[in-house]
Amino acid sequence: MVDATPRMERDIPPAEVPELELYHPKSWWTTYVFSQDAKVIAIQYSGTAVAIGLVALVLSWLMRLQLGFPGTFSFITPEAYYQFITMHGMIMVIYLLTALFLGGFGNYLIPLMVGARDMVFPYVNMLSFWVYLLAVLVLVASFFVPGGPTGAGWTLYPPQAILGGTPGGQSWGIILMLVSLILFIIGFTMGGLNYAVTVIQGRTRGMTLMRMPLTVWGIFTATVMALLAFPALFVACVMMLFDRVLGTSFFMPALVEMGEQLSYGGGSPILFQHLFWFFGHPEVYIVALPAFGIVSDLISTHARKNIFGYRMMVWAIVIIGALSFIVWAHHMYVSGMHPWFGFFFATTTLIIAVPTAIKVYNWVLTLWRGDIHLTLPMLFALAFIVTFVNGGLTGLFLGNVVVDVPLSDTMFVVAHFHMVMGVAPIMVIFGAIYHWYPKITGRMLEDWMGKFHFWVTFVGAYAIFFPMHYVGLVGVPRRYPEIGEAAFMTAPVGNLNAFISVAALVVGFAQMVFLFNLVWSLRFGKEAGPNPWRATSLEWQTPITPPPHGNWGDERPVVYRWAYDYSVPGAPEDFIPQNDPWPEKAAARPA
Amino acid sequence: MAVALILVLVVLGSILFHILSPWWWTPIASNWGYIDDTLIITFWITGAVFSAVILFMAYCVFRFRHKEGAKAAYQPESKRLEWWLTVVTAVGVAAMLAPGLYVWSQFVTVPDEATEVEVVGQQWQWNFRLPGEDGKLGKSHNRLVTFENPLGIDPEDPAGQDDIVIEAADLHLPIDKPVKMLLRSIDVLHDFYVPEFRAKMDMVPGMVTYFWFTPTRTGTFEVLCAELCGTGHSYMRGMVAVETEEDYLAWLEGQSTFADLSAPQKLGAAEEAGP
Repeated sequence: MVDATPRMERDIPPAEVPELELYHPKSWWTTYVFSQDAKVIAIQYSGTAVAIGLVALVLSWLMRLQLGFPGTFSFITPEAYYQFITMHGMIMVIYLLTALFLGGFGNYLIPLMVGARDMVFPYVNMLSFWVYLLAVLVLVASFFVPGGPTGAGWTLYPPQAILGGTPGGQSWGIILMLVSLILFIIGFTMGGLNYAVTVIQGRTRGMTLMRMPLTVWGIFTATVMALLAFPALFVACVMMLFDRVLGTSFFMPALVEMGEQLSYGGGSPILFQHLFWFFGHPEVYIVALPAFGIVSDLISTHARKNIFGYRMMVWAIVIIGALSFIVWAHHMYVSGMHPWFGFFFATTTLIIAVPTAIKVYNWVLTLWRGDIHLTLPMLFALAFIVTFVNGGLTGLFLGNVVVDVPLSDTMFVVAHFHMVMGVAPIMVIFGAIYHWYPKITGRMLEDWMGKFHFWVTFVGAYAIFFPMHYVGLVGVPRRYPEIGEAAFMTAPVGNLNAFISVAALVVGFAQMVFLFNLVWSLRFGKEAGPNPWRATSLEWQTPITPPPHGNWGDERPVVYRWAYDYSVPGAPEDFIPQNDPWPEKAAARPA
Repeated sequence: MAVALILVLVVLGSILFHILSPWWWTPIASNWGYIDDTLIITFWITGAVFSAVILFMAYCVFRFRHKEGAKAAYQPESKRLEWWLTVVTAVGVAAMLAPGLYVWSQFVTVPDEATEVEVVGQQWQWNFRLPGEDGKLGKSHNRLVTFENPLGIDPEDPAGQDDIVIEAADLHLPIDKPVKMLLRSIDVLHDFYVPEFRAKMDMVPGMVTYFWFTPTRTGTFEVLCAELCGTGHSYMRGMVAVETEEDYLAWLEGQSTFADLSAPQKLGAAEEAGP
């Protein structure tokens, strides 16, 4: 037996500091609304993220209706189309994926998985959610102001973002967008500090860093990255707001709009792009790393086998996190920045493929000689691997500077990033919800609805985004509401676009089954018991399910081992919980 | 069983779609065949990796799916295997990066004999400027843009007087002559994109960006804007005609210089002052 994580029972220190008193809520309002319990905040974050995510889903239907059947829907003007794509992108990346992984899963899982009673700063944690909600409301408000929301593309590149030729540029749309982002970052920073400090300071006795589940490693690393990356977006938003409202010229050179000389001068549009992508590239991994972590735990639990190469997996997460701060300009190969940057950024970008590939190998090697239970979380984990490998490999096209030149700004890029940071992480989100729903509610999600949801979503999403790469190869630029037939096309893309649109509508409607399942199972789902998956990590060992405020009853658990002791030879069962001192003596399990 | 089968079908379906579908890139009309070659190498390497990983996964699902009484193996890690995989991956990555960087160094090195052609983007049309007989483009600035001087050419600069101005019309280029495309914008970001040339580059107000290529095939090619530039973005189209030297020179004869275009303005001013 290879001793990957030496067991150190004797090194577990006695508690030196008495536990702090938790603030216990005294009324309905402080229990369910202005709650300081990380688990309630997690539900609030998730509910808000899913609600605004549904708006993004509807927007994606509208844009696919236009692309699949151009000219059929007269209300989809080019202005409206650009507003749809902009709001869809921004909502999905920031207000859904970031908020759900960190605010949702981070809040629910970090304290439970590291054996803490709550986040270290519960009050600030509560504020984090309310500021996030405010950011979402400001974003939603932009749909109802004169001129509508901004249509500048989710990248908000100036000068067009704040000029009249772009929807919302000279009305309220762009202003509300920027204010909403600023609020989001303020709210995130409050939550993010909590997640990072809780992992560093709040772990229970025996929970060394190298015993933490990879879920915690993923969320922790992503949080640290977000705390370093979001400030770049913050200053970019503040400066652009000044350019728009006060007439400064941070990003605005001398220019002529529709025949009229504007008073701007001396600013640099490319500076904005550097700031945006200094945030924007780490953002990809802020979404991906929690997904990496969670999927590792799903695969390990449901294949009844330890994650293969745990230490390599931890280091890969950390190295990917660090490298992702020096690859940002691969989004800017054709931006007009100095072309020599291409050598540097192509090299760093392709280097990042190595630790990423190691993670993929270790996931599939975990399946090797496992005892694979094809449960819903496992199915979604498999779908994640397929879509992530596909999307990751097309990243090697776009990262390799010269190959990027013909493909940049085409539908190939859209297909790539949807596969790698849209579909793949969302597969993990679904898998994670099927996995942890029993802990959160005490009931299982209905299996047949889940199977239906899985097959339609996985096969459908692949049918949407795999052919989309070829629309880009043909040469169709992104952000075109209509391309028609052009001489450069080797074959017309109209039928292909219509096929993609139909697939998108079907996949979208399958999500309604999922939402129905969430509500239906709350009441009619099978009773789950405390540990239905027979998992090892601490959240499954709480004395009460769903865990109440404070999580652990009288005494916090003590950790004796890593989170991956599955199928250990000689053990009485095929899993040994982290707080079980076996073989010294068997711990009492919650019934 | 069904799961493993569908995973295999995903791989087979992807490969068949790649081979059989009619959607592929447009035949090249420039010297950047190397870019296409690098793309093909990347397709081969990534396609092999994708198939290998997913088929391996399908095999695992088939072979090690849960059976009554089965137990998983216990193997936390294998240093040897992990290092092997790391090295093999690094070699594969290098096999894509090396040709990529080699071609990029050609892409960013403009040959001395390349003639300069300026493209000026504005919402939502393409304008062009060619150097006149002196072979030099005159100075320009967005502050100088007026209705009469849409490209903002500096009237004080003698080098600009003989520049050929093509406003909202087609650009013609001679075949087999390398050109350095100088890219400017007078309002927002645009991107000069001709699918057949493979090369593209953003146009940024306040800067002159560039790329170079040699047209290798005669014909007319559509210019598209590839950087979101407002509501008219998808309508911002133009044409580039690549012609033989003779046809090109014949076309060039019919074009107006900046000085020609400035003259009627003076005439108009005289008329106004007349009565």
